[in-house]
Amino acid sequence: MIDTILDVTLLAFIAVTAIAILRLRNLFAIIMLFGIFSLLSAGLFVVLDAADVAFTEAAVGAGISTVLLLATLALTKEHEEKIPSHRPWLPLLVVLVTGAALIYGTLDIAPFGSASAPAQTHVAPLYLEQGMAQTGVPNVVTGVLASYRGFDTLGEVTVIFTAGIAVLLLIGGRRRENQTRKEKE
Amino acid sequence: MIEYILGHYNYWIVIFLMMTGFYIVISRGNMIKKIAGLNIFQVSVFLLYISIGNVRDGTAPIITEGFTVYSNPLPHVLILTAIVVGVATTSLALALVVRIREAYGTIEEDEIHNKDQSL
Repeated sequence: MIDTILDVTLLAFIAVTAIAILRLRNLFAIIMLFGIFSLLSAGLFVVLDAADVAFTEAAVGAGISTVLLLATLALTKEHEEKIPSHRPWLPLLVVLVTGAALIYGTLDIAPFGSASAPAQTHVAPLYLEQGMAQTGVPNVVTGVLASYRGFDTLGEVTVIFTAGIAVLLLIGGRRRENQTRKEKE
Repeated sequence: MIEYILGHYNYWIVIFLMMTGFYIVISRGNMIKKIAGLNIFQVSVFLLYISIGNVRDGTAPIITEGFTVYSNPLPHVLILTAIVVGVATTSLALALVVRIREAYGTIEEDEIHNKDQSL
């Protein structure tokens, strides 16, 4: 019961925060609200029994993402979003049609929390029953992440490495070039 | 009726968030705001997966004496990966914004477009 109340309240808060992010024009306020948005969703992950995801979202989503956004704000020295010149009727139409199609798709989906939903009957019982014996880790999420889906995690590391190199190439090289140009002058 | 609404409430709010993020991405011209919108879309997908993996009266999937019902661990694993990859892509997008600002002196889409046209 308490789970349901927390779930409903937190989701309502998250929706309100998203509307606030849409309406605001001050970029600093948008970034701070985005941090709150991430933190609220981390709280919701705890309520939905995903403790590991909540840790990661609080540290990486609310922490690092917000810091990166603030760093970009500092580097670009922008403060206010300018009002777009054209009326947003076409985007609104696209969003409403897509949203209606998605809502139609949820009408016969298995209800939230159902133990007999197709998602709960495929490989998850196998992980829960044999994961402890096969990997020796009581936390099944860690067991699946590091053992059953180890290559998946290797792929993730590759993506982060590639993104890191790309960021260095985009920003790191440019800074040095500016310095050498100044030294020549 | 109440039970049907509670059983689908999570999915509807997730779709609302998804569409809010999508709307910010396609209707706003400021690139930092676009990235914030993209992140809202991303978090809504995380919420969708975790909602699907939740089992009523279950507990976090850490094997302990005295518990028999656990939530589905697989969506948790997939979303852990997605969160970290999401930050990597966000940082790349922000680096591009910084470079665009250096090259054009603005991060508003309309102004960048005008500068490209006037060249």
